[in-house]
Amino acid sequence: MQVTVAVNGQEHTREVEPRLLLVHFLRDELGLTGTHWGCDTSNCGTCVVLMDGEPVKSCTVLAATAAGHEIRTVEGLETDGRLDPVQEGFRAEHGLQCGFCTPGMMLTARALLDSRANGAAEGELTDEEIREAISGQICRCTGYATIVRSIRWAAERERVQTKEEV
Amino acid sequence: MQVPAPFEYERATSVDHALELLRRFGPDARILAGGHSLLPMMKLRLATPGYLIDIDGLAGELGYIREISPPTPEIRIGAMTRHRALLQSPLLSRCAAIFTDAERVIADPIVRNRGTIGGALCQADPSEDLGAVCSAIGARTVIRGPDGDRVLDIDDFHRGPYQTAVRDDEILTEIRVPLRPRSGSAYEKVDRRVGDWAVAAVGVSLALDETGDIAEAGIGLAAVGADIACAEAREELIGRSPAGEVLQRAGAAAAAACSPVADQRGSVEYKRHVTGVLTTRALTRAVARAQATAESEG
Repeated sequence: MQVTVAVNGQEHTREVEPRLLLVHFLRDELGLTGTHWGCDTSNCGTCVVLMDGEPVKSCTVLAATAAGHEIRTVEGLETDGRLDPVQEGFRAEHGLQCGFCTPGMMLTARALLDSRANGAAEGELTDEEIREAISGQICRCTGYATIVRSIRWAAERERVQTKEEV
Repeated sequence: MQVPAPFEYERATSVDHALELLRRFGPDARILAGGHSLLPMMKLRLATPGYLIDIDGLAGELGYIREISPPTPEIRIGAMTRHRALLQSPLLSRCAAIFTDAERVIADPIVRNRGTIGGALCQADPSEDLGAVCSAIGARTVIRGPDGDRVLDIDDFHRGPYQTAVRDDEILTEIRVPLRPRSGSAYEKVDRRVGDWAVAAVGVSLALDETGDIAEAGIGLAAVGADIACAEAREELIGRSPAGEVLQRAGAAAAAACSPVADQRGSVEYKRHVTGVLTTRALTRAVARAQATAESEG
């Protein structure tokens, strides 16, 4: 069947089997290997991408279902050569070691910061909120501490930027 | 690499269209809602439908949580309502907190963005949480077929593990949650880690009479056997004052009545014990909620 999926703002049309999962569509059809493929059982979360702005596990979404939704992958985080604050945070706070879980972690972080910017919650972002948001993802290197710090770093950076804009 | 067996794929554009596709494809077709129960089964080849009817496009039409006023006050939940929406619903948190309790511990936040109540109920996994929630609170299900809607009590909807009353040419469209005065509900679960199936989980719901005794009660068990509704625990409660020893006896009755199997999540004895403790614990919280509601209702 023919599917057209919008990925990082660009539409891609491919002839695929209906059973093709989104993670393989992104990696094998589009060559976007930033989306990692891990447990294949919707546990580990390394395959997380954003679907209409919300994190989803792309090993458990058909490419055919993704047609008609906006997909954003880790490749879509930087804009015009500038890293997203979340990416900068992971660099500044050593949010990765082996890097396998990192794309999924960063996209969940992006969605968390966006949902708060849209008024989902008020006040300072707590570590508890961050840990809850990434609780469907597994990191075997960091013990999560530096990931939490990286996301907090990004939240702080965006808070300062928003203030400066106002 | 886990790959589903080949199938043909259609997207439904409306409930009527889904029904038409079900009629055309026959018993080899399955409805794909959020995909977080069915796709894992298909990847393991435990489900091999020849046709998949994707109702992702019906998330608007069948995604709602609304309150219906008297004469029969109830909450109506569209079958495509996602776990995340159930978790975040102020209406459910106020009037049927068992949903909020359960949704906090169903899978993980990312899975909850996709999984739906209708998909979970139709998969009817014996370890699945919303089946026990709906059984405890006495929900009814609306099933649409070629001849229109029929409404079934949840305990008639469940026909055993992985089996429901939904026929090959029908689709679950709505879940109706009764709203009773002086009522409270709660859900308790023990699991090994975020996202894992329950070791045991218990949902309870009860309504008090004007004197404060228990007038109505429902107990739903998950992961500890094929029977969800626990009549033995319910019998310990009806007509009695919600005192600590009564709730203890109900817990003991649930522990005795359930039929867990030993697996990597624990022995039969352990799961029975957990079931008893969780039943009493959930009842204690539900009673407190019912009493607070009774007070605020005057």
